[in-house]
Amino acid sequence: MAAEALVELENVHFARGPHAVLTGVNLRIPRGAIVSLMGASGGGKTTMLNLMAGTLSPQSGHIRIAGQDLQKMRAEEMYRLRRQMGMLFQHSALFTDLSAFENVAFPLRRHFRLPESLLRKLVLMKLEAVGLRGAADLFPAELSGGMGRRIALARAVVMDPMLIFYDEPFTGLDPISVGIIATLIRRLNAALGATSVLVSHDVQETFSIADYGYILAGGKIIAEGTPEALRNSDSALAQQFLEGQPDGPVPFHYPTQEDYAAALGDTRAAGEVI
Amino acid sequence: MAFLDFIPNIGRSALQTVPSLGASARFLGASLVAVFNRHFSFQQLLRQIYGVGVRSLILMIVAAFFTGMVLGFQGYYALVRFGATSALGTLVALSLLRELGPVLTALLFAGRAGSALTAEISSMKATEQLSAMEMMAVNPLAWVVAPRLWAGIVAVPILCVIFDLVGILGGYLIAVPVLGVDGGTFWAQMQSNVTFSGDILTGLFKALCFGLVVTWIATWKGYTARPTAEGVGNATTLSVVTASLTILGLDFILTALLFT
Amino acid sequence: MERRAIDWWVGIFVLLGIAALVVLALRVGNLSGFAYNDGYILHANFTDVGSLKTRSPVKLGGVTIGEVTHIGMNPKTFMANVTMRIEPKVKLPVDTGASIYTQGLLGEQYVAIQPGGMPQDLKSGGTITMTQSAVNIDQMIGQMVFSKASGSK
Repeated sequence: MAAEALVELENVHFARGPHAVLTGVNLRIPRGAIVSLMGASGGGKTTMLNLMAGTLSPQSGHIRIAGQDLQKMRAEEMYRLRRQMGMLFQHSALFTDLSAFENVAFPLRRHFRLPESLLRKLVLMKLEAVGLRGAADLFPAELSGGMGRRIALARAVVMDPMLIFYDEPFTGLDPISVGIIATLIRRLNAALGATSVLVSHDVQETFSIADYGYILAGGKIIAEGTPEALRNSDSALAQQFLEGQPDGPVPFHYPTQEDYAAALGDTRAAGEVI
Repeated sequence: MAFLDFIPNIGRSALQTVPSLGASARFLGASLVAVFNRHFSFQQLLRQIYGVGVRSLILMIVAAFFTGMVLGFQGYYALVRFGATSALGTLVALSLLRELGPVLTALLFAGRAGSALTAEISSMKATEQLSAMEMMAVNPLAWVVAPRLWAGIVAVPILCVIFDLVGILGGYLIAVPVLGVDGGTFWAQMQSNVTFSGDILTGLFKALCFGLVVTWIATWKGYTARPTAEGVGNATTLSVVTASLTILGLDFILTALLFT
Repeated sequence: MERRAIDWWVGIFVLLGIAALVVLALRVGNLSGFAYNDGYILHANFTDVGSLKTRSPVKLGGVTIGEVTHIGMNPKTFMANVTMRIEPKVKLPVDTGASIYTQGLLGEQYVAIQPGGMPQDLKSGGTITMTQSAVNIDQMIGQMVFSKASGSK
């Protein structure tokens, strides 16, 4: 990991009210890499993306992008930094009142005053890169899940960002669309010379494109490394996650108040997997 | 005694009203000022005026017409007992200009346009569109909220004026051709008893205040809705109810201030 | 909807509002000023004008021929001075009388003109000298009670 770090999280703590989400997280995202963040649902992965994007502030710890501490940034600097970031949301978050073309054109229109012909070319180029130039005039309601995700991807990269965040990009898609998105993530990262942070559950797909991965559990990083290193990790929790084992350090049974074994009588022994 | 749980709930929500009122006031201030933000779009403002204003016209005209006609009837039967039907024009005009015009316009607006605004914004929140905007460094207050807020401030007085005029016409149509009140007296008495600054302008000022309040409540409820299907529904209902009650309460305050 | 169509509709909407406001101001309110702008002025002095107001009608034989433009008080004579604007077609003789009557029993008060018979007409700015003031209900009732009381002796 000799490459210089674009994003650094140093001893970050984050709590939502009384509920502690992150308890001392340290990680580095090297420039040019595709790094994955994995972990159980509700573990704080989306929170980490928001922290890195600056939409949330940690209770303690430092978040640095290109060496600059986010907490110390003024609004104007934050604004300029955001223009160099792109984010693909879990459910696309396309603007439902705009066409696909206008969705992709939105950041360009808001931040620059471009002649219409130039803007059109830029937008169509990005749509072509995701294979949807023909869908430019469709509205989000008319797009399938996979197509919508691709339009959202085009929108996320339309300003040629240096840092791209992907929040569960494969969730809810058919296998073909998943393959398309994975290919696009890798291709775009290389073409733009960007750095990508990928939050996902999909171990297989993620490992096929990621250079490095972090596994988040209990508010901390419990394992990190290249995909091979992670596969051979000796952390039982990491193994349970990567192998998809139903029971292990993360128990099958949600902790109950009562003793259900007693409630169910003699018909089943307590803890027996049904 | 679980059924008494509502008591601490009332206390909790009462304690929360003050900070939430403060938060909504900050929201209003930030949104009004956002007109000067680089991301405020005049084009969006026009679209919103079309959406809440132009598309409410038919509703207002029909409602105004019926309101004026009812005023004509009721006013006639109340005044004829005193032989004072010459005052019918004045009655219809003053009722509409001072009270019914602004209040009914605002209530109908809250139901039609206010609920639509809340539903739209809360849906945008639920589908992460507002977060997406923030990620793209576009201030959602400037892009989404401010055009809608100013559209309400512009559209409601316009709708109120049209409401007043159509209502007076409705009253005239009942009073003169149908009930036989003298047309000249109807207009002449009205003209001598209605003042531009005392009645017309104060009514318009009320409408302006109502427009601001309704759109403020509608956008705030949408912006702070819980991002679920239930949250959207709740926010929309609450928006209409809160706006309606606030209009009536504000009407009382404004009437006391302006007309006494 | 297409951009230009929206601009048009909003423009029409705003114009409609302005037009409605203008109509309200002129036809419903009294912003237009007085109606009989080309009439001539007459004065009349009353001891009591009752509830007569500016813009109250001036009628002859039940037909409105003008309106009251100003009501003032002459501090020397302690009489109320009513200024009226009369339609130019209606010429009134110098011995014309003016009274303040009430419409119906409890309605608006107006100035009723009783034309005289002299050949000369009142000119613009002239004064009607024969006037009858507004009837004061309280006085009337008092007189009635008093005369009844003295009559029944």
